[in-house]
Amino acid sequence: MRNKVASYLALLVLTSLLLGAAGCRASLKMATTTSLYDTGLWGYLEPKFEKKYNVALDILSLGSGAAFEYAKRGDVDVLTIHDKANEEKFIAEGYGVERVPFAYNYFLIVGPASDPAGIKGMNPEDAFKKLFETKSGTFVSRGDNSGTHSKEKAIWNAAGFDYEVVRKAGAWYIEGGKGMGPTLQMASEKQAYTLTDMGTYLSYKSKLNLVPIVDKGSILLNVYSVIAVNPQKVKGVKIDLANSLIGFLTSPEIQKLIGNYGVEEYGLQLFIPCAGAEPK
Amino acid sequence: MAEIWQGLVKAVELIVSFDPEVMSIAGRSLTISVTATLLAGVICLPLGSLIHFNRFIGKRTLINFIQTFYSIPTVVVGLFVFLLFSRAGPLGGLNLLFTPTVMIIGQMILITPVLLGLTVSALSGVDKAISETARSLGASDFQTVVIVLKEARFAVMAAILLAFGRAISEVGLALMVGGNIRGFTRVFTTAISLETSKGDIELAIALGIILILIALIINIVLNRLQQR
Repeated sequence: MRNKVASYLALLVLTSLLLGAAGCRASLKMATTTSLYDTGLWGYLEPKFEKKYNVALDILSLGSGAAFEYAKRGDVDVLTIHDKANEEKFIAEGYGVERVPFAYNYFLIVGPASDPAGIKGMNPEDAFKKLFETKSGTFVSRGDNSGTHSKEKAIWNAAGFDYEVVRKAGAWYIEGGKGMGPTLQMASEKQAYTLTDMGTYLSYKSKLNLVPIVDKGSILLNVYSVIAVNPQKVKGVKIDLANSLIGFLTSPEIQKLIGNYGVEEYGLQLFIPCAGAEPK
Repeated sequence: MAEIWQGLVKAVELIVSFDPEVMSIAGRSLTISVTATLLAGVICLPLGSLIHFNRFIGKRTLINFIQTFYSIPTVVVGLFVFLLFSRAGPLGGLNLLFTPTVMIIGQMILITPVLLGLTVSALSGVDKAISETARSLGASDFQTVVIVLKEARFAVMAAILLAFGRAISEVGLALMVGGNIRGFTRVFTTAISLETSKGDIELAIALGIILILIALIINIVLNRLQQR
């Protein structure tokens, strides 16, 4: 009987220790976009940040939609994201302090080498128009409110289409509902077109049967920004640590590292640094 | 299918080299799921006995209710626990979201229906004569419960093993409330999910194989304990 009571008490002590321990750890919670995370850039930068500021950087890899939601709830302190329209809305609504661009690259439309829809070399808006009108190629969409998905919608709008109409356009338009890597894999399997950022495409290229189809067009500019969650609107934000991360990402040393990331492996810059300034 | 063989080879490599990231994932997965199972057991074994041995209105309905939750998707429990512990939620002040602690709490909630329901089933399987005999020999309520639990120990152990299995194999909750943070809340299932989505099939399979091996070892250990 006494042994049972003792073991019950031991378990209670263990539980409270675990509960207590959880609250005491100094950490900065950051939500990042899956396309940025999957390139491995954060695996490279995380230890440098943690060492410099002596704090744990907890990185959550999410679609932009989820990232904004978690930020509004105060479950993350800072965002690194690529969805300009929604970022500006986020700040206009008071949830974010300031949009600080720190790197950019370009989106591109990739697809099968055979190019069944004949859109190679066109500009993005015309390519989308031709896909819609001829229905001779399959298109896999992210379909997940991510930054990439927002860009895709922007291209459809620029081409003169209502996105809701596109969604129902037919079996050639597939909403995958997945991150960038899995979406590329699906497009490769189905020999379909998809919109992707350069970073993820280069990381996955060796596993895919897809080639760049459309890579020129100002609408394809993909800017990554870091935004601290506004402590005046959202409770519990670790604003000092968030600002440290912003300073870190825009510092000359780290900007140089970002620019060099992947060059050796892929022969191309995955990210072009732009320290706080909006690129043209 | 060659990936499975490659995965097996990779699994052996990772184990033999004591790969630090895999070790930390293994330690974390075990700590979280074992703790969740133990704590759930502490609650469900007495509670299950209470439900079985007492007559009350709505007993049948309660048991049906519990059994319904055997089928609840883990991602739904995950969403519920997320909303509870999010900063914007009622328990947000505890600062527990995206920590191993909330994963333990979440897994406890997830496996309680299974452990509770199967404990009640296990006790129902014991011949009534046992409890009646015990009482006639002067056993107290508590002693009677212990005796019947002992009689049902194989079924109860099966319940515990199943509950543990459900805890350690689930992804939806671990992903939602843990956040799959490398070095802090990444466990086998969330790591496998990530590696699969990154296209590293070989590593994903290797992690899956290691997870099954661990489950096998736990099974063997618990079965040994049961034989005593």
